[in-house]
Order: sequence, then C-alpha cells, then structure tokens
Amino acid sequence: MSDNMGHIVKSYEQELKRLADLMAEMGGLVESQTALAAQAVVQQDGAAAARAIEIDPRVDALEREVEQFVIRLLALRQPVANDLRKIVAALKITSDLERIGDYAANVAKRSLVLAQFPLPYSLTGIAHMARMVQENLKAVIDAVSETDAAKAIAVWRSDQAVDDIYNTIFRELITYMIEDPRNITPCTHLLFIAKNLERIGDHATNIAEKVHYTATGETLPETRPKGEHSPYAGLGTP
Amino acid sequence: MDASAAMAAPDFATAGEAAPRIMIENLHFFYGTTEALKNITLALPDRQATGMIGPSGCGKSTLLRVLNRMYDLYPGQRATGRVMMDGENIISPDADVNTLRRRIGMVFQKPTPFPMSIYDNIAFGARLHERLSRAEMDERVEWSLSRAALWDEVKDRLRAPATGLSGGQQQRLCIARSIAIRPEIILLDEPTSALDPISTLKIEELIDELKTDFTIVIVTHNMQQAARCADQVAFFYLGELVEVGPAAQIFTAPRQRRTQEYITGRFG
Amino acid sequence: MRADGEMRASGEMRASGARMLRRQAVNALALGLASLATLAGLIALVWILATILINGAAALGPHLFTRATPPPGSEGGLLNALLGSVMMTALAVLLGAPIGILAGTHLAESGGRRWIAAAVRFVNDILLSAPSIVTGLFVYEIIVQPSGHFSGIAGAVAMAMVLLPVVVRTTDETLRLVPVSLREAALALGAPLWRMVLFVLYPAARAGMLTGLLLGIARISGETAPLLFTALNNQYLSFDLARPMANMPVVIFQFALSPYPAWQSLAWAGALLMTLFVLLLSLGARFMLRPRQG
Repeated sequence: MSDNMGHIVKSYEQELKRLADLMAEMGGLVESQTALAAQAVVQQDGAAAARAIEIDPRVDALEREVEQFVIRLLALRQPVANDLRKIVAALKITSDLERIGDYAANVAKRSLVLAQFPLPYSLTGIAHMARMVQENLKAVIDAVSETDAAKAIAVWRSDQAVDDIYNTIFRELITYMIEDPRNITPCTHLLFIAKNLERIGDHATNIAEKVHYTATGETLPETRPKGEHSPYAGLGTP
Repeated sequence: MDASAAMAAPDFATAGEAAPRIMIENLHFFYGTTEALKNITLALPDRQATGMIGPSGCGKSTLLRVLNRMYDLYPGQRATGRVMMDGENIISPDADVNTLRRRIGMVFQKPTPFPMSIYDNIAFGARLHERLSRAEMDERVEWSLSRAALWDEVKDRLRAPATGLSGGQQQRLCIARSIAIRPEIILLDEPTSALDPISTLKIEELIDELKTDFTIVIVTHNMQQAARCADQVAFFYLGELVEVGPAAQIFTAPRQRRTQEYITGRFG
Repeated sequence: MRADGEMRASGEMRASGARMLRRQAVNALALGLASLATLAGLIALVWILATILINGAAALGPHLFTRATPPPGSEGGLLNALLGSVMMTALAVLLGAPIGILAGTHLAESGGRRWIAAAVRFVNDILLSAPSIVTGLFVYEIIVQPSGHFSGIAGAVAMAMVLLPVVVRTTDETLRLVPVSLREAALALGAPLWRMVLFVLYPAARAGMLTGLLLGIARISGETAPLLFTALNNQYLSFDLARPMANMPVVIFQFALSPYPAWQSLAWAGALLMTLFVLLLSLGARFMLRPRQG
C-alpha cells in the first residue's frame, strides 16, 4: 500500500515529509557512525574513532527532535491508519537508531583502547561481522525511507547470519583467552565490540519489524527463526 | 428489559462474536432509478455500536432510513434484498411499519423536540404503544430521562417547553424519547453534528452506556467519533460497503485502500 | 508574500477610484428614489388615518354600542350593525376555518399525489385574488335567489368563501415550514399519520395558522361587496341569521353616501371602529409571530 495520493491538508503532508527527512538524516548519521566505528576497529584508525564518537550527540539531539515532533503530530493531527503506523513507528525507530549510535560510539571508544595492545590474532572475523551488520543497517534504513516490507523481511531474516558469526567469534575469543591470560584484556574488549555489533544487528531487526508493521499493518511473529546456537551456547549454560 | 428475552437468534452467530441483531443481506436501494445502495451485506451485532462512515452521499444515511422504513414516506424509493430481524424480513411489505418503528428508534441530525413540554415529549411515544397509568408514566419518564443522563438537569421543570432546552439537552431529550418506547435498536443519524464538543462528548458517553441494553447504529461524519463510539465500523463509498471491521482494525490497519485514503484524509 | 499582497490590494484601490465614485452616485440616486416612494406612501397613509381619526373621534360615544341605526333625522348608534358583523364573521369563521385548515393540511402533507396538490394550490391562489364582488354574486345566485330573500347566512357564506383561500394558503405555508425532521421524528416513534399531524404538526405551526386566521378575519370584516348581494342591511336590531342583517361595511357605505349629517358622522365613527379592529387583529397576529426565546 503505497500512498501515491497526497493529503487534502497540505501542511499535514509537509509535516509527514519533514518527519521522513528527520528519520533519513538520523539514519544517515547512524550509518556513517557505524561505518567509522568498524573502520576504527579493523584498520586501527584513531581519527575514524574520534569522528564516530563526535557524531553521537547529534544523533541524540535528533532523537529528541523526532520525539517532540511525533508528540506534536499525534496531538494536532490525530493520525489514523497508515499515517498513525508511520508516526508511531518513527518514534520507536528513532529510539532504536539512538541505541545503535550508542553502540557504535562504544565500539569506537574500545577501538582506541584496543590500539594500545598488540593484536593476538587477525580481525577477519570481526571485519566480516561488521560488514554484515553495516549491510543490514543500510538495507533497513533504505526500507524505512521507502516503507518497503519486502526489504524489511530480508533484513529480519539475515540477522541470523550475524548471530551465527557472533557465536563463532565468541568461541574463538574464549579460546584465545584460555591459551594466554595476557590476551584477556584485548580479547574482552573485542568481545564487547562483537557484542555491540551483534546488538546493532538486533536493533536493525527491530527497525525491520516496525517497517513491516508500518507497511502492512501486521506484526511479524514474536520470534524470528533462531539457530540452535545461542550466543550463550559456548558457556555451556542449560 | 423484555428485549433481551427475544434476542435468541443464534443462526448467524459468527465465531466468538455476539449474534447479529440484524442481518442485512444483498440489500439494494433505489431513489427512482438511481441505485443508492448496491448489494449491501452487513451484520449488526447485538448490543454493540456499529459506526457508519463515508463521504456525503455514500449511502450510509440511506441505509439507516431503510432500517426503520423511513423511506416508506416517499414515493419512488424502494428497497430490494432482505433485512432480517428475529427471522422476519423487515423490508417486506407485510411487515407492520409502526410495530417495526417501536422496536427500532431513531435520533436525527438536528434535535427534534416536539412543541410540547419535556414530560409530554417523552410521554408522546410511550402513549402510542402502551397504556400506562399516571404513576407508571411518571416512572417511565424518569427512567428514560435518567437513562439519557438528563434527569438531574430537567427534573424541576418537566412541564416547561422542551424547546427551551439547550441544543445538547434537546438531543439527549430526543434520545430519552427514543428509549422511552423501549426499542431494541437505536439508529443515530449524525446525532452530534449540531452540537458543541462537550455536548458531543456527553452524547458519546451516553451511547457507550446505552450499549448495555440496546443495539446502536450511528452514522457520523466525524471519524474520531466513530473511532471513539463504535465497536464495529463500516465504510461506505458510492453506495457500496467497502469495508467493515472492528473499529481498532479499521483505524489502525484498514484492509481496503479506499478506506485508508478516506480515513487518513486523502480523498472524500 | 504578504507585502506583495498588500501592494496589489492598494494598486487595485487606486485603479478603482473612478468606479468607486460612480458606484456611490448610483447608490445615492437609488436610495433617494426609494425614500421618496416610501414618503409618498406614508403621507397617504397618515392622511387617511388622520381624516378617519379626526372625523370619527368626534362621533365616538357610548351610544354607538347601545342603540341601533336611526331613521333619518333622529339620533342612534351602530349596535345592530356591530352585532350583525360579529355574528356573520363568527359564522363565517366556523364555516371557513375548519375546511380551510383541513384543505391546507392536505396540501402540505399529500406528498404522494403531487400533481393534485399543485392543481388545488393553483386554484386556491386564483380564489385568493378573485374580486370579492364575484363571490357575492355567486352566493346571491346559489342562496339568495333560491330562498327569495337576503339573509345573514348568505352573508356569512360569502364571507367564509373569502376567508377560505386565506386559511388554506396560510395553513399550507406554515405547515410546510415545519421541518421534515420533526415529522420523521414523530413517525419514527411509530406514530400514525393523524397523530403526527394533530399532536406534533399543529402545535408546531399553531402561531402561523392562528395568524393566518386573524388576517383572514381582518380581511372579511371589511368586505362590503359580497355583503351587498347577500346580507344587505337591516335597520333594526336582529338576531335572526335567516333574515337580512345589518353589518358595518354596508352601513358605512350607505350612511356615508347619505345627505344626513347624523348618518355621516355615524359612518365616520364606524370607519374608525373598523380601523381600530383591524389594527388590533394585526397587532395580535404580530404578537403571535414574535420570536420566542429558546
């Protein structure tokens, strides 16, 4: 259900457009923040890390702006149907985006700490995971601006791969730490980085669910097809 | 209420829903040669409010006027199809119109107080169908006015002319007058379009109250009102029933594109 | 954008200066002519009223109501004429009003047979504007001629026939002013048609219908032509509607044309009384149609 028909009240139409613009701006910022953080980790790029951290306050400010704007729209326009879904989804999506921004900033900060240690092993796994997360994030932000349910479902499904690779990295890092206790500090940071990336993937999935609801009016099932290996499997918890 | 006794019509019961009080089947309606309603099939669930929305001329008021045979007054207007209530087709020529109208009350767009006292306005309808003693009538008047949330405002001036009441009070008086004859169904044709917002809310609250005893059908131009009052919402366009569903579904995720475009303010 | 709009507006003002002046001139001319016409009408009205008042007031006195019309050369009052007019008007109302109200109701409520209603309405309008002398002549033919003499009944019938179309018209019009929703509201309660008309429509239209009746009475009480052919006149006090009957318009007509000063002054007094009566009826009608609170 695309809305090729404009609102009779043009100012309402403009406000919805402004909401979409704010979302797109925030999505763009978070996307580049994540990219910079990944670059900071994988290429040990301190400048990229600094820029990723700098972006964060702007993301937070945008979240507050969208929040205020949505409250205003709800009070004054009393939206229904697809407009209502879009506006309420915007509120939730921005809070997901804000969290993603926080995780990216955290990854960037850890990359600075990590740079002080000799790397015990190659970062290919992390790099691969970061690339996948970035792809999902980009796809889901596109899905938001296009209200594209199909794209959203694709992202929602592909998060499984991110979880799988996270599990692999998790086990790998545990192995390194068992091998040599001096690895514990950098590996813990790497573990947190991987965890943050995985969380970013989860939030991208959340956003995908909201896009799907906006587009179709139907909620996706509570649980998405999860693999047998939860991230905690390696810990041997029941 | 005696109405509840006669309400066993389980034939149309749908899964988990209340049995429909009225079942409209393949209804067509004509003003002369113009077809104003096209093949309407719609169930009105018992003791729930059904809201009818749609742009002017979409047929929603026409449907209301079919339900109590108001169209009988005008030559050249006719209906085909079936409107079943307790196993009887109420639009068939054999159905007794005055009895039907006792069972199906109607409240109009503008308040229509009769040029008589508040008391007599209520008593007028009751006298048509029942022989009540003085005391019984007093009781009936008090009951109707209380039910319409008007008793406290008018109990000291029951003999005053009804035209002296405010617009909102007049409309509640008309609702009281309708329920005084103890109908089973109340039809409301844009009952708040001539009222201020607070009077409107009072009527809406009243509709909510009345649902415990009566089946309500409300035609409204105010979509928020349909969202607030109705359990089930039906969207009409150009004489067709485009979509019907629970109010929450219609206003959050309508299935039909035309419904969505209308309720979000994109056409109509 | 706003500045732009203002500039355009002021430009228009300047350009239309000449047109504005012309408009004002035409306006002043039209207003002047209308005022003159009103003044002419008012002067005539005040003149008539003043003449009647001056001449009539001089002849006013209690004797008007206690004594019958005198023979030439002696003193008397207007008692027989007043009584005759009241009796005949009352009978005319009794005859004309119910029929008129029923016919008017039929016209207003016969939604079904539109063409009959339209035809009756048209005929009624012709009757409304028919010269009353024709009515008088008609009643003369159907009552006075067969019965062999003039009578109060014939007079009342003639008056009723003048009253009838007025009542039909006003009933029809005022009933049609009652909102459709009020009718539907009554019918929606399951009321049969007759109860709706009797208990909802008539009370709602009462003021208008009574006003129409009062205006009709005002009209027939001044009619002279139909009475000349029907009730004629009676010098003596009479309560017998089957005999010729005195009445105000004919007495005024005869006495005013007479050479006797006593009769002439009685005619003036009668004219004043009738004017006051019509004025009173009009005020009554006005009072009934006054906008009410609520």
